[in-house]
Amino acid sequence: MIGVISYLVFFTTVASILAIAVLGLNLQWGNTGLFNGGVVAFFGAGAYATLILGGTPQADHLGGFELFYPLALLGGMLAAGLLAWLVGVLTLRLRHDYLAIATFGVAVAFETLMRNAEGLAGGAKGLRGFERPLREALGDGFTYNLVFLAFVLTLLIVVYVFLGRLIRSPFGRMLRAIREDEVAAKSLGKSPSRVRLTAFVTGSVIMGLAGGLYATFYAFISPQDVLPILTFQIWAMLIVGGAGNNAGAVLGTFIIWGGWTASGWALSRFAPIEAQLYTGTVQFILIGMIIVGMLMWRPQGLLPERLVVSQSGKPENKHKTGSRR
Amino acid sequence: MIQSLLDGILVGSILSLGAIGLTMAMHMLRFANFAHAELLSIGAYAALVFDGLFSALFPPLAAAIAPLSLTWALSLAIIISMAVTAGSAILVDRFVFARVRAIGGELSMVFASFGVALVLRNLISLIFGLKTQLYSQDIVFAVVISADPLLLVKPDQVFALVAALVIMLILHLVLSRTTLGYSLRAVAENPTLAQVSGIRLSRMIALIWIIGGGLAAVAGVFYGLTNQISPVIGRDLVLPIFAATIVGGIGSIYGAVLGGFLVGIASNLALVILPSGYSPAVPFLIILAVLLIRPNGLFGEARE
Repeated sequence: MIGVISYLVFFTTVASILAIAVLGLNLQWGNTGLFNGGVVAFFGAGAYATLILGGTPQADHLGGFELFYPLALLGGMLAAGLLAWLVGVLTLRLRHDYLAIATFGVAVAFETLMRNAEGLAGGAKGLRGFERPLREALGDGFTYNLVFLAFVLTLLIVVYVFLGRLIRSPFGRMLRAIREDEVAAKSLGKSPSRVRLTAFVTGSVIMGLAGGLYATFYAFISPQDVLPILTFQIWAMLIVGGAGNNAGAVLGTFIIWGGWTASGWALSRFAPIEAQLYTGTVQFILIGMIIVGMLMWRPQGLLPERLVVSQSGKPENKHKTGSRR
Repeated sequence: MIQSLLDGILVGSILSLGAIGLTMAMHMLRFANFAHAELLSIGAYAALVFDGLFSALFPPLAAAIAPLSLTWALSLAIIISMAVTAGSAILVDRFVFARVRAIGGELSMVFASFGVALVLRNLISLIFGLKTQLYSQDIVFAVVISADPLLLVKPDQVFALVAALVIMLILHLVLSRTTLGYSLRAVAENPTLAQVSGIRLSRMIALIWIIGGGLAAVAGVFYGLTNQISPVIGRDLVLPIFAATIVGGIGSIYGAVLGGFLVGIASNLALVILPSGYSPAVPFLIILAVLLIRPNGLFGEARE
């Protein structure tokens, strides 16, 4: 029984961390219509920066600033934000496929850099020497994981509430206005490229937070954790849950992460030994089919976006489906 | 240094072939197709299958065309592979992209293309295995064209370069001299007006996939001939091909040709300075440089 509970705690922790990243993507894609093809770069920037800033000194790579943990986590978010700002400044003025290509490229470049630059982040061996915060007080066992889960859930709720308010605020209305009709928004004196940049950076900072938490949980990060498949998983989570709907984003995360874990377990358990090598291949096909299938048959996701008519004074509960430009 | 330049030109011709189809699709169907590079994989593997088939059925065809490692069987297989790849591209468009186009926007198409790429690439792994393969087990020695500085070229590489240039010339003649080429360019310029003038849009879309798929198949086979065939050809080439379209300017076919060569040369020259582990990141650096200096590429026009 304790085994089951401790597995559930583990599963919920990872899923909640991923849910934070999906919420960040939802601000970019769901609310603003920005295509981020390299979620994993911003997730990874947060993860690496958190460990480098908060870790103990290492002989063979950068790090060991031993910052107070919350500062290290903020540093990770800052790193993700800076990276996003750089990419955003260069591409958000241009036609929108440039952002897709540039973000995809930044993820490839990020993984390549982390894999090769041993002096910076340990190269392919990964980044070690991070001491999990409060480990002395709580130990390494079940208690620690439970406390960490509570910490992650708190941050998930904070991000959820923050984004909920942001979307209902005038700024959120402006995001949707730009997404739906850029020319109209411009004619009202808004600056679409600046607003897009703000939304893109904010979303990426949230992804950086998720990355920082992920790295903290494992006290380790390596290039294997920042492979492109993570980007696809995070997309699948958002598309299944419902782009533009934060509750949907969280629901989608738990469904996809559950499905991913279960399919991995089933394949390793029931597939013949010689087919085990192809477990990942089969799972990738499933993720690809989920993305394509949802876009073809239910583009609005399980929980569609609720479009609010702001003039009526009262939120209107009319579901509008899949008219995204 | 000169060797890098030479290698860059050879790789560049392959990237150009891939980039032409991609830039056409991006211009006319208005979405960045991340599944385009998978068409190169399909082409390479289709040729592998038919090469094996022809060699087994008609053993004389298995003889290499000296001094190349290319056999008569493979030459025939390339033509079949172009048809197979063009067919696959049309099928994917019919079943996936056309549907997504009807209900979603341009960015939904980009999403869908990522999903399609993931499915295609892993289906190929599942069918053909994760290992790398070769068209010919014979070792073809490189020819020394100069001893000082040492310059080596494989006959296959020269063949691939010449063949790529010939194909591009044919495409240029078709686009600039025939009615078909006019219609295609009219659709790119203004789809609505083109339709009013009696051009069938669905036929033009199919034509784009036929040209794009056919060229991608050739590029895939040439890549397999000069390197090796593996299920991750698409994953490895998707970024360089996109870099080529951005360098040339999205929508410009001549830009794509030039962009392919520039990216090929720049990637090879960069490896003179950088350790080879960094090579996957080089196309991204090229994209960044273009976005900083000339965001719309060499021949591109600004478009929202």
